Amino acid sequence: MLLELFTTFSKVGAFTLGGGYAMVPILEKEVVDKHGWIDREEFLNILAVAQATPGLFAMNMASHIGHKLCGVKGGIVSALGVAGPSIIAILLIAMFFQTFKDNIYVEKFFRGVRPAVVALIAAPCFSMAKSAHITLYNMWIPIVACLLIAAFGVSPIWIILLAGVGGYVYGRFFEDKVKSRKGGVR
Amino acid sequence: MIFLKLFLVFSKIGIFNFGGGYAMLSLIHNEVVVKNSWLTNSEFADIVAISQSTPGPIGINSATYVGYTAVMNEGYPQWAAVLGAVLASLSVIWLPFILMLTISRFLLKHGKSKPVNDVFSVLRPAIVGLIAAAALLLMSKENFSSPQESWFQFIVSILLFCFAFVGTRLYKIHPILMILLCGIAGLIIY
Repeated sequence: MLLELFTTFSKVGAFTLGGGYAMVPILEKEVVDKHGWIDREEFLNILAVAQATPGLFAMNMASHIGHKLCGVKGGIVSALGVAGPSIIAILLIAMFFQTFKDNIYVEKFFRGVRPAVVALIAAPCFSMAKSAHITLYNMWIPIVACLLIAAFGVSPIWIILLAGVGGYVYGRFFEDKVKSRKGGVR
Repeated sequence: MIFLKLFLVFSKIGIFNFGGGYAMLSLIHNEVVVKNSWLTNSEFADIVAISQSTPGPIGINSATYVGYTAVMNEGYPQWAAVLGAVLASLSVIWLPFILMLTISRFLLKHGKSKPVNDVFSVLRPAIVGLIAAAALLLMSKENFSSPQESWFQFIVSILLFCFAFVGTRLYKIHPILMILLCGIAGLIIY
């Protein structure tokens, strides 16, 4: 069973390019449809929990499912299964890249790639705005967070802590007073 | 001491990573480029490109790569660098792993409760800001060149940026394909 967990999760790890959410459908197919380890509803529950827990999303899913099936050992085996292929792949690339990055063609290739990467990072901000429930009323949150980090060099860790505590305090003590104005935001 | 530092930094990155891959980039950038100068801005962009086109979660990928490069740059032999890579990767995982095992049961039960919802109602928008900050910080001379250095490369970079942005946003072109296309464009143009 442990071996089966390991091979299943390393397969998922090896075939998800782009990481994170790209692996959800593949994981679902393996774990729910093929092996029947958990049912679809539980899968969705775990998905929600993995999003709410810090750490790598894919890794959280794997360790949770593994843990549920085989205890702590299962969790460890599954997490290593997901991480294994990517660690090996990147190690090989890192070794290769160190020697070849001064090659003129590699340099030219990456000169073209770098601006594109910045665009790849900028683009999801706009699509995520919807799933993060950003509205006119809370639009200042991402803007202030972004300014503090980019312009004032504040560590993202402080932003995360502040946002979490702020959300809790606001919901606990202030929300009732402004609820009418906020309307049906959530 | 580079090993202890790698361990501490990537444990920190692991535990403060909410909201997945891209959100993590801002943390990694802050620790690896701004604070510890293990990598330059352009090396960082290269790693993001490589992580996007290789299997596995982006957080692990960059940890592995940074672990290897940082140890190599300190002048250690290659086997030590491999060790550094593995160490950095495991550092990202271990704390969230323990947390996941301990609080997942609690969250499964109370995940839809009000306090948890309250926390995330602000955390989620803030994370979008985090990602935007990472993008802004990477719009640097190293990645785009500058009018002083080379007008030609500066303009080509901006065009490639717009092309990639519109391509991903409107036409949903896959990131890997995008990276390949812009890389080939670089090969042809420069």
